[in-house]
Amino acid sequence: MMRYLAPLFAFLVLAVFLFAGLSLNPRQVPSPLIDKPAPEFELYNLHEPDKLFSSKDNLGKVWLLNVWASWCVACRDEHPLLVQLAKSGIVPVYGLNYKDENVTARQWLRLYGDPYVTSLVDPDGTVGIDYGVYGVPETYIIDKQGIIRHKQIGPVTVDSLRNKIIPLIMELQEQT
Amino acid sequence: MMPQHFAFIYDNRGKIAIIKICLIILLLLPGFGWTQEEAYKEAIPVAEDPEVEKRMLVLTEDLRCLVCQNESIADSRAEFSNDIRRIIREQIKANKTDAEIIDFLVDRYGDFVLYNPPMKTTTVLLWFGPLIMFLISLWVLIRYLKRRRIQIEEISLTEADEKKIAALLNEKVERLQEPQDTSEILMKQKKTVNGSPQKTPEVLTNENEGKKI
Repeated sequence: MMRYLAPLFAFLVLAVFLFAGLSLNPRQVPSPLIDKPAPEFELYNLHEPDKLFSSKDNLGKVWLLNVWASWCVACRDEHPLLVQLAKSGIVPVYGLNYKDENVTARQWLRLYGDPYVTSLVDPDGTVGIDYGVYGVPETYIIDKQGIIRHKQIGPVTVDSLRNKIIPLIMELQEQT
Repeated sequence: MMPQHFAFIYDNRGKIAIIKICLIILLLLPGFGWTQEEAYKEAIPVAEDPEVEKRMLVLTEDLRCLVCQNESIADSRAEFSNDIRRIIREQIKANKTDAEIIDFLVDRYGDFVLYNPPMKTTTVLLWFGPLIMFLISLWVLIRYLKRRRIQIEEISLTEADEKKIAALLNEKVERLQEPQDTSEILMKQKKTVNGSPQKTPEVLTNENEGKKI
């Protein structure tokens, strides 16, 4: 009996491993920055290029940092959702304008709407590298202590907003 | 007629050769050929500092490009890899050690950037899985071979058995030597079924079974 069951058992173990492997997405590289302090930065504002913004200014509130660029096609997909989210007033959305031209970035915001409290200019992607950005768009949820709580890789979707982002923001806002 | 004709061909060849040489000279002139310009563009980053480039290349060969995941950062021309190369160059110039640079990248992108995964509790299976699989298969193989040896153990024959075998073999040889027609073969076969030799295989199988496990 055992000699017939053993191969079947081995096959099942292999099948489970392969199936788990298939359902993993290699594009979703888990960020080591989750639950770590968000890297500090001081960047200029896209609309008022003489104004510096420091990430420390946001201590004490829950905020979103959305990495975007006018050259990024997927950003256009998520943009209406961000505009809606900003309008709802649930959470302040900050933009990180990643490796972009100021003029085209401003044009892009005029064309598609501007959900951002401010957009911070990261022309050579240095701050992007600090945040482990490897594709645009990416969105970070940062809590009141300035700790990264979630990283959305790729465009924000209705699903991810409903199931992950908004519930997490609500939860974080209740913490002191 | 003939010599003139030859001379004409000769002349033409000379002209073609001159045109070829002129074209080659034109291509070699700066600003004329495309090769010169291309080579110049490619050369800019490398020309900066060969020492830095060398260290950077060694480091990036073991780092994964997160955008094009099956390429190392050294091989990749993705925007992401360009940025990482730039950062590594900057850090080398700032006198950072290789370990510090790797730590800098792992802090931001995780172990996934490394092609050589570190030994950790989460990577134990990755490191020792193949060895464990090898040991298990070795154990299965040894067990199988042992069992097989028992199965094919030689059966010692008694003298009576030997005689029976000899008789059977002789009968077969005789049968093969006699020229027969089909009816005779059928007759012989009937005889053997009824006769004594038919019993011998039974005896042999009985003994066999006794030794089987």
